[in-house]
Amino acid sequence: MEIYWLLGIPLLGGIVLAFWGNSRSAPEVNALFSFLTLLAAAWLTARIVADGPMLTGGEGWFFIDSFNVFLVALTAFVAFTTSLFSRPYMRIEEEHGRLNAKRLRLYHSSYQIFIGAMLLALTTNNMGILWVSMEAATLATVLLVSLYRTPAALEAAWKYFILCGVGIALALFGTILLYFAAEKILGSGGTALLWTHLNGVKAELEPTVLQLAFVFLLVGYGTKVGLAPLHSWLPDAHAEGPTPVSAVLSGLLLNVALYAVMRSKVLVDGALGNEVDNSMAGNLMMGFGLFSVVLAAFLIKRQTDVKRMFAYSSIEHMGLITFAFGMGGPVANFAGLLHMTMHSLTKSAIFFAVGHATQSAGTQMMDGIRGLIKTNPTIGWGLMLGTVAILGVPPFGVFASEFLIITTAMHEHPWATPFLLIALGVAFASIFGKVQPMVFGETPLAKLPYQPALTPVFIHLGLVLMLGLFIPPYLAMWYRQAAALLGG
Amino acid sequence: MSLTYHLQVVNLLAALLLLISFAMLSQRRIVGLVTLFAWQGAALSLSTAIVAWSTDQHHLYYSAALTLALKVIAMPWFFYRLVKKLDVDRDVEPMINIPTTMLIGIALVIFSFNLALPISELSGTVMRSTLGIAMACVLLAFLMMITRRNAIPQVIGFLAMENGLFFAATSATYGMPLVVELGVALDVLIGVFVLGIFFFQIRETFDSLDLKHMEKLKER
Repeated sequence: MEIYWLLGIPLLGGIVLAFWGNSRSAPEVNALFSFLTLLAAAWLTARIVADGPMLTGGEGWFFIDSFNVFLVALTAFVAFTTSLFSRPYMRIEEEHGRLNAKRLRLYHSSYQIFIGAMLLALTTNNMGILWVSMEAATLATVLLVSLYRTPAALEAAWKYFILCGVGIALALFGTILLYFAAEKILGSGGTALLWTHLNGVKAELEPTVLQLAFVFLLVGYGTKVGLAPLHSWLPDAHAEGPTPVSAVLSGLLLNVALYAVMRSKVLVDGALGNEVDNSMAGNLMMGFGLFSVVLAAFLIKRQTDVKRMFAYSSIEHMGLITFAFGMGGPVANFAGLLHMTMHSLTKSAIFFAVGHATQSAGTQMMDGIRGLIKTNPTIGWGLMLGTVAILGVPPFGVFASEFLIITTAMHEHPWATPFLLIALGVAFASIFGKVQPMVFGETPLAKLPYQPALTPVFIHLGLVLMLGLFIPPYLAMWYRQAAALLGG
Repeated sequence: MSLTYHLQVVNLLAALLLLISFAMLSQRRIVGLVTLFAWQGAALSLSTAIVAWSTDQHHLYYSAALTLALKVIAMPWFFYRLVKKLDVDRDVEPMINIPTTMLIGIALVIFSFNLALPISELSGTVMRSTLGIAMACVLLAFLMMITRRNAIPQVIGFLAMENGLFFAATSATYGMPLVVELGVALDVLIGVFVLGIFFFQIRETFDSLDLKHMEKLKER
């Protein structure tokens, strides 16, 4: 029952806002629908915590366990805070003349549809529907990336569409191969692609076919995760789209894509269970992840656009999470899940602060943003604390997860540790060096004429801080359960 | 097992599909490309229908009808109108010259037959031998997307890739489950719709659909 509310509310929101998305109160309506979605997600989470995994709807169309319910809660939460942030932000953009009524309507409607598509991708039990909703999430955001209609925004949106389109077509081929393997055991028909059914018979699935399927699925969904070398759409889309969109793309969509990869990994690991070399999926993920971390860290150094820089930082962190999941085992999976949470919260908080900073400076170039702490102290502090948090300075939660990932790597794959440490060091030096003068330093900037929406920034950072100092026992147990589901 | 009559027809259509893929690679004009795309859809739809009839897989009829409605009628009509409205029907010079592209295409076909071999051995469908052709269609469409710098040919390449994938699904497993196929079709439809809007935006901003204007965002 909860599941229908969870999926129905954003859909309804998308329809309502498609008609009235340009009215005076549309930003509030948008926030209201996001809040209702959050309530439904909280309800669902409470159910799962109380009753354990749930299989519901028809022949089991939806499957919710500890792993995806955690992502559902995170997605609904960040979607809600982002809608709060976008309230004043989009109003200002409209006053600056960068948006008109029609585009505002498109923005609000697509925002809800996008959230709905992601929630469907997370909760569906059908690997085919998972594909369909990932594609729907892409389509919902293409026009959001090009919302400002500047040449650069159009180019970014085109790149986003074509690259993710091709990527996701490869994932479709992977899904076809998966169905091909499943059909032999489960018979043809709609139920053969249900993840729970596949999971039940994963040891019997043809290993060669599953290996090939996983390569296609990893490359396909990996394009959306932003794994190097398939990442080139990501910085452009993040830099040229409106900032609330950058926040949800970076904080949520990347996670959902990685979720799809992880569901496939569990299956291929099961199918390869009896083979001598049964860690093929994990090794591939470790390779892609490590390459992303290193490449992104060195590219961060060269950035001049603040949103682009933080987009590269997202690639770096997604690489780190992919690497952790690739290593597998309870500790690494736990660390990966924790890092997913930390990265979503911190990175969206940073984008909120950056959004207001760029509005006050009138540019995204870091040279043009100086001395925020003098003119707009709250924005300055938000940006500084967010940056410190994402760079993994204790006592923020990112430190805890990165520490776990690196110690596990030292233990199991010592060869990878120097790469990780160098990359994290380079990223630290370059990001900190660039943000420091933006926050401190002399400023020609004027004060923002309006009250920035910074409550979400501090809520997010507060959570990250809290989780860095103390993870409540029930939450820790929940993460452990989810980590166990992901297997070795 | 000797080849039955309708299986021979399916094989013929598969060959036709591959031929059309090559024709698309060599086609310079946008309108010609749209026509070829419609023919490819027709061949796909017909072969799906024949498989449905000869194997008694009823859900494949829906799939065939969907392909017919979307890829043979709706989308080509939409593209014809778009080309006319945007007035962009002129030659698009590919980035690599056409004979070289063809040679690369042949290499891709050989590669995909090699890749498909282990899978088709495992497959139990009557038309497993065509899986190689399906993969070749996907890769050739991919090649076309890489070598064209105009927005419409890139999208047609993308849709041709989708055709190849559908053909792969039919030849390996008699098609995907119906919900999935409907979902995919819906996504493709929305995708083309979104792109239609997008073309107008590009055209409005750059006064052309040539993608050479869109190479500013790069790492320097």
